[in-house]
Amino acid sequence: MTTLSVETVEAVETAAQTATVELRVDGAWVGVCDLSLLTPGRGVAALLPDGRQVAVFRDRNGGLHAIANRDPFTGAYVLSRGLLGSASGRPFVASPLLKQRFDLQTGRCLDDENVTIAAYETRTSHG
Amino acid sequence: MTAAANPPTIVQIGHGMVGHRFLEALADRRVPDRARVVVLCEEPRPAYDRVQLTSYFSGRTPDELSLVEAEFMTRHGIELHTGDPAVAIDRAARTVTARSGLTVTYDTLVLATGSYPFVPPVPGKDAEGCFVYRTIEDLLAIEEYAAGSRTGAVVGGGLLGLEAAGALKGLGLTTHVVEFAPRLMPVQVDEGGGEALRRTIEGMGVEVHTGVGTQEIVTGENGSVVAMNLSDGSVLDTDLVVFSAGVRPRDQLARECGLPVGERGGIVVDAQCRTPEDEHVYAIGECALAADGRVYGLVAPGYDMAETAAKAIAGETGGSFTGADTSTKLKLLGVDVASFGDAHGTTPGCLDVHYSDSRAGIYKKLVVGEDGTLLGGVLVGDADAYGMLRPLTGSVPPLAPEQLVLPSGAGAPAALGPSALPDDAVICNCLGVTKGAIRAAVTEHECTTVPEVKKCTKAGTGCGSCVKMLTTLVNEELEAGGITVDKGLCGCFVHTRAELYEIVRALRIASYAELLDQHGREEARGGEGCETCKPAVASIIASLAPTIGAGGYVLDGEQAALQDTNDHFLANLQKNGSYSIVPRVPGGEITPEKLIVIGEVARDFGLYTKITGGQRIDMFGARVDQLPLIWARLVDAGFESGHAYGKALRTVKSCVGRTWCRYGVQDSVRMAIDLELRYRGLRSPHKLKSAVSGCARECAEARGKDFGVIATSNGWNLYVGGNGGADPRHADLLAQDLSDAELIRLIDRFLMFYIRTADRLERTSAWLERIDGGLDHVRDVVVHDSLGICDELEALMADHVANYRDEWAETLNDPDRLRRFVSFVNAPDAPDPSVRFVPERDQIKPDLEILAGPTLPVRTLEGTPSA
Ligand code: SRM
Ligand SMILES: Cc1cc2nc3c(=O)[nH]c(=O)nc-3n(C[C@H](O)[C@H](O)[C@H](O)COP(=O)(O)OP(=O)(O)OC[C@H]3O[C@@H](n4cnc5c(N)ncnc54)[C@H](O)[C@@H]3O)c2cc1C
Ligand code: SF4
Ligand code: FES
Repeated sequence: MTTLSVETVEAVETAAQTATVELRVDGAWVGVCDLSLLTPGRGVAALLPDGRQVAVFRDRNGGLHAIANRDPFTGAYVLSRGLLGSASGRPFVASPLLKQRFDLQTGRCLDDENVTIAAYETRTSHG
Repeated sequence: MTAAANPPTIVQIGHGMVGHRFLEALADRRVPDRARVVVLCEEPRPAYDRVQLTSYFSGRTPDELSLVEAEFMTRHGIELHTGDPAVAIDRAARTVTARSGLTVTYDTLVLATGSYPFVPPVPGKDAEGCFVYRTIEDLLAIEEYAAGSRTGAVVGGGLLGLEAAGALKGLGLTTHVVEFAPRLMPVQVDEGGGEALRRTIEGMGVEVHTGVGTQEIVTGENGSVVAMNLSDGSVLDTDLVVFSAGVRPRDQLARECGLPVGERGGIVVDAQCRTPEDEHVYAIGECALAADGRVYGLVAPGYDMAETAAKAIAGETGGSFTGADTSTKLKLLGVDVASFGDAHGTTPGCLDVHYSDSRAGIYKKLVVGEDGTLLGGVLVGDADAYGMLRPLTGSVPPLAPEQLVLPSGAGAPAALGPSALPDDAVICNCLGVTKGAIRAAVTEHECTTVPEVKKCTKAGTGCGSCVKMLTTLVNEELEAGGITVDKGLCGCFVHTRAELYEIVRALRIASYAELLDQHGREEARGGEGCETCKPAVASIIASLAPTIGAGGYVLDGEQAALQDTNDHFLANLQKNGSYSIVPRVPGGEITPEKLIVIGEVARDFGLYTKITGGQRIDMFGARVDQLPLIWARLVDAGFESGHAYGKALRTVKSCVGRTWCRYGVQDSVRMAIDLELRYRGLRSPHKLKSAVSGCARECAEARGKDFGVIATSNGWNLYVGGNGGADPRHADLLAQDLSDAELIRLIDRFLMFYIRTADRLERTSAWLERIDGGLDHVRDVVVHDSLGICDELEALMADHVANYRDEWAETLNDPDRLRRFVSFVNAPDAPDPSVRFVPERDQIKPDLEILAGPTLPVRTLEGTPSA
């Protein structure tokens, strides 16, 4: 299991207009959308070039996170539609279907230690 | 279990409340380990809570009424024969024979046969449609017969008669009470109390006839009841008669085997509850004539007798029963009546202190001895003080008697909490539990909740009238011990939902983040919050939006991030990630044109359609990106969101009612539509459901709803706190024969009071059972405005009604809001390839196979416009 660091976007307000959210997929940075499309506390689904689905979130403090969009408990591609929360200072998303929680930094399921989903490193690129 | 070769045999006849208590007392003393215990039970079911019998009509099932813990009989090796009454006792041979032919030889015989209802010997008393009120079977029969009746009469205006009248009223019958004495409840209350009681009972729509006797039951051609002839020459038309003219001890078996009985019945026993004639035979409960020469028709003295007899049989000394308190509190819907101690002031030299307010139907009297000792009293219309006063009886109260009868607010005994009581004051009269025992349950037995204390001490498990007092005591004791129970909503807030509601309302906080950072738990401040409190706070803000100046639209600003996915997309998420759409169909009434539109939309988008359990149509299988297109078609045709996704009003179901149905007495469809349109969009702690039935046949199942309305010939009856689902509950009657305006005003108040005070995800049923004072308290607040908040509650609802807007149309009108309705942020026009369907019975169902595999037949970004 890999722990990925999360870049906290400083001065989001000023950079918001022009920043692009990027994910590290198989070693390369892939842009997915403009930062302004992310509502703090919610996620969006994005398609990777190879067809994989990722759920991309922006937390209340501006942190960006990306994990697989597939809910491993039901197989449905819905994690991007869950609600964010934090437990012991670490952000998580709760699946909108059966409410299992996933750590946004590691993809680890907080309610079932045998389950982990992919998590992606994120950054914003300006200009 | 090892038993002696020939263990002694104890035979008990009758398995009622007292009989079961006796078995428990034997078990406590491990008697069944060394004796064979055989119980003959006439009724088809083991002992149940007869005191709470009437609660069957407010939804308690016979199973829930049972007094017998699972496994009790097997664990103690007790042989219980249900449906097999004893028919003969042979004292010489020491045998009892049952109807089945079973004959048992006893060493000890315990008679616990209770009472039978006395039916005055009037002609026609056995006609079809005549009932008594004693067993679950009686109630089942009354309920069935009432379904085909309009009017019911109760013979007897005592405690049970009024309880029965309340039940008939609740069954939707026009109800009469006929009492021979000049006032109601002649045994318990005095003249003044009887008058106040009469006004209250009449105010509930029950017709009271006092000072008249029943002379004859008149039957129709088919032999069933049609009327009653009364002693004043009048005729009362009625379809059903319930006799509740007192009870008589069931002492027949004892008489037949030569045991002495009292002049007015009752098996003569001594202070050990043993028959003086035969040392092998005991009698306990309502069938016994106690050593003080009285037959007790209440359960508490019976329980004392059970303990006494068990002690004697177990060979313990010191137990005796020589008399008991006959305090009572009436459990009748909507009327508070209590009498305790020397209610009639028969002690020489005693004085009365009265308080009465005839307009409000309140009458209170305390009987005080020369030295200031409280001897007894009568409370009608407001019996809140009963819990305090009864335990004080026999002592000099810490406050002057006149202060004890003043209503709250007028110099009431605010200072007089349960802390004023001595430790030996009996708090639970039914089970004889003292304040000291309750405190010990907390301090010594480490009970930390009221249910635990109830289980540990048994207090509050009888008539229930002491539960309020019990709760106060337990909480005080917990607090004194420094124990604080974490009632917080979640890991982020120490407050309950109701407390957060008050904070948001009072401080006009329209932002979740602000609430979390200022009022959250220290460790949660500045954090993300969680999936529990976010939607709960969003709902509080939404239901107060107009009042606190927040935007009412659920998808705007911060609100967007707080809502569950269903509220966020204004549709219901299904197992494969697709959504379902439910347009509002108020009252379930829909035109053919609108039906056709639904059909066309579903066909054009390939949706699965199903009639819901809520009298409307659900369309399943829409992708996120299709939602706005589908709504656009629906909104054009005049539909709006049905809020199937929200913790909000769902449906107000209706029956066809007076317009078409031959039985209907009001226009139930119109009322259902009015209610649905009034409360649509109202956010609440949990979903809200309602229904309106056009007559007492109740085809709309209104009593299964949070607020249910049933038509009467005079208007509407309002029931609250009903629930279907996993833990069903019938709604309780809140008020009767309301006009349209009165009905709506009461519902406005009820809903707003619920929204204000309920916990997260607490339906009205659970809320009603939880809150202090239960239904009575809610009635006080919303009907009698006891907290003085009704104006405010009505204003809140008026704000809601004035500010309602359809969320679908609002979304469609705003390109910014529409932006989130895409499957992929970087491929807005690409449908989600995981949302696929396969055929099922000429429609579709989710393709789950596609979701099961680790990889998905993919759609790549090629060919779709990039972000
Ligand atoms: C669609 C429908 C079933 C149907 O095809 O008939 C339905 C579907 C669901 N019900 Fe229901 N209930 C539906 C009528 C009912 C009824 C019947 C009624 O309303 O008369 C009841 C019993 C009445 C009651 O609520 O007291 C009912 C009692 C429940 C319960 C248990 C509630 C409780 O207090 O115990 C739940 C679970 C919950 O809410 O926590 C539930 C939950 C649900 C959920 C939300 C489960 C879920 O999370 O997916 C379903 C979502 C609906 C959806 O995706 O569209 N549903 N559900 C019905 C929609 C009615 C409508 O037009 O809005
Ligand atoms: C509607 C209602 C409300 C009440 N409310 C209150 C209240 O608020 N407070 C209060 O203190 N009391 C109340 N009571 C009275 C209370 O229920 C009784 O005091 C209590 O049930 C007496 O218990 P028991 O065991 O003596 O008699 P029961 O509970 O009547 O039990 C006697 C049992 O013996 C059975 N039996 C009789 N003969 C035979 C036989 N030959 N063989 C086998 N079995 C036999 C009967 O079928 C019955 O099941 C109420 C009673 C009713 C009906
Ligand atoms: S409840 Fe409605 S439909 Fe049913 S019998 Fe009464 S009026 Fe007719
Ligand atoms: S006084 Fe009846 S249950 Fe406590």
